[in-house]
Amino acid sequence: MNKQDKNPGNNRENLIKLENAGLTAEEQQLFCDAVPVPYEPYSLEFVERFHNWIRANSLWVLAFGTGCGAIELNPLMTSRFDANRFGVMMRPTPRQASVLIVAGYSSVKTLKRIIRSYEQMQGPKFVIGLGICTINGGMYYDSYNTINCLDRYIPVDLYITGCMPRPEALLAGFMELKRKIKAGECDGANRYVKDFDWYKANQKKVIKKWDMPDYNW
Amino acid sequence: MNWALSIFYYIVTVLVVLVYGLLLYAFIAKTMARVQGRIGIPIYQPFLDIIQTYGRRTAVTHGYMFDLGPVFRLTGGLGTLAFIPVIYGSEIFGNFHFAGDLLLVMYFIFFGQLGMALGAGESGHPYAPMGIARGLAQMTAFEVPFALAVIAVFMQYETASITEIVAAQQGSIYNWTLFTNPFAVLAAMFAFLGMSMYPPFDLVTAPNEIPIGPPTEYHSAYLSLLQTNRAIFAGAKLVLFMNLFFGGATNLPIMVLKTWAIYMIPVLIGVAFPRFKVENSIRFFLGVPTLVGIIAVLYMQYWGTV
Repeated sequence: MNKQDKNPGNNRENLIKLENAGLTAEEQQLFCDAVPVPYEPYSLEFVERFHNWIRANSLWVLAFGTGCGAIELNPLMTSRFDANRFGVMMRPTPRQASVLIVAGYSSVKTLKRIIRSYEQMQGPKFVIGLGICTINGGMYYDSYNTINCLDRYIPVDLYITGCMPRPEALLAGFMELKRKIKAGECDGANRYVKDFDWYKANQKKVIKKWDMPDYNW
Repeated sequence: MNWALSIFYYIVTVLVVLVYGLLLYAFIAKTMARVQGRIGIPIYQPFLDIIQTYGRRTAVTHGYMFDLGPVFRLTGGLGTLAFIPVIYGSEIFGNFHFAGDLLLVMYFIFFGQLGMALGAGESGHPYAPMGIARGLAQMTAFEVPFALAVIAVFMQYETASITEIVAAQQGSIYNWTLFTNPFAVLAAMFAFLGMSMYPPFDLVTAPNEIPIGPPTEYHSAYLSLLQTNRAIFAGAKLVLFMNLFFGGATNLPIMVLKTWAIYMIPVLIGVAFPRFKVENSIRFFLGVPTLVGIIAVLYMQYWGTV
């Protein structure tokens, strides 16, 4: 017996279907139980570079305020800062969004929604952690119901530190995100799928009542 | 003209209308941004958005009708455009035409919405049927003044061919339906406010309460098709209104100028008015606009001059 067989949860080659153990038998029929697979970039390099340029210049942000930092997203779109001119748009539904901004602290209850929203987004998808709370917990570092390090639960491409970072900082963050996307460095969606079991184990450690599918297709 | 050449010219027309529709959308968005004191999106942003959604690596399907929804929608847009002469008298932009094409075009306008309703219904998202119920209810209401206006136009020109209707308006600005049959134009422009989905009639896709309604679950290439259709369909509707009521166009600059001017009417009303509830908008369309439509028909019946 090799090492992998002892822990079937970590053996992705043998895992054909997700268990969806948190759901009732009736609900299990309603959800997809396929295991997510990583997606390769376009085989021609210039096509991938072209698409990366397009992705960088058309960032669709999920308009979903997860914490106190969401208040900084409103002036971002109004006349003073006007993120529209950089191709940053707000989309109301996760299916169409490509950027998830986790704005500030994330309570365990919100984390569940963040995971569902993130998994429903279609790749390539990017995550911005806004504020110090997403990095190390910030002023909530010892709180019983907030998470400390967002990167343990979903793959973060970019952090913008501060408490709270002003819209200028957010704009600078968007510029940096664009640079990283153009350089092909933002591969969070594939990272999430490759390390799926690690992320799921971390998520299930903090979310006690797991009453959703293991992957929200 | 042989069929192959006609279809080639039609494809050229579709591409031109697509590019024009996207540019018009960006131009209007930029205008509204300037009104709000912003710089606004770059003029090429809609093109990037279409390629961006098309280039997504993953897509989730919810069933066959879900897949077919955007296809039906695009068919509605392409079908509407196919029987409208974009430029009157032009060989390339003349499109197909036959004796009763206006009736077919009216069916095509409805067809896309119904196909989309079936597709979005299968997505299973609770907001999608809400948006569909609102959209179809509002659409049924604004079809009444629009149908009455079109009937008045039928009676005036005694034909259901769009090309002949445009031909009858040539010569002078006073030959336009706008001056020969003003009640019909008024009723149709009321209906156009509802069709163009700007405030006060944008409850169907209300982003703040039901996340953009019917296309809530549409993403990736599906959304790319819907975006393509939005540009083509908007262009086709504008050209239809220009042909029926504003004398058509004999060259491209006139077409651009007239359709832009028609488009600015719902935009200007949109920036000035808040959003109607569906029951309010249905009451609105079945009130004054329907009355104006009936007056247009009676006017043509008893006092029509042409």
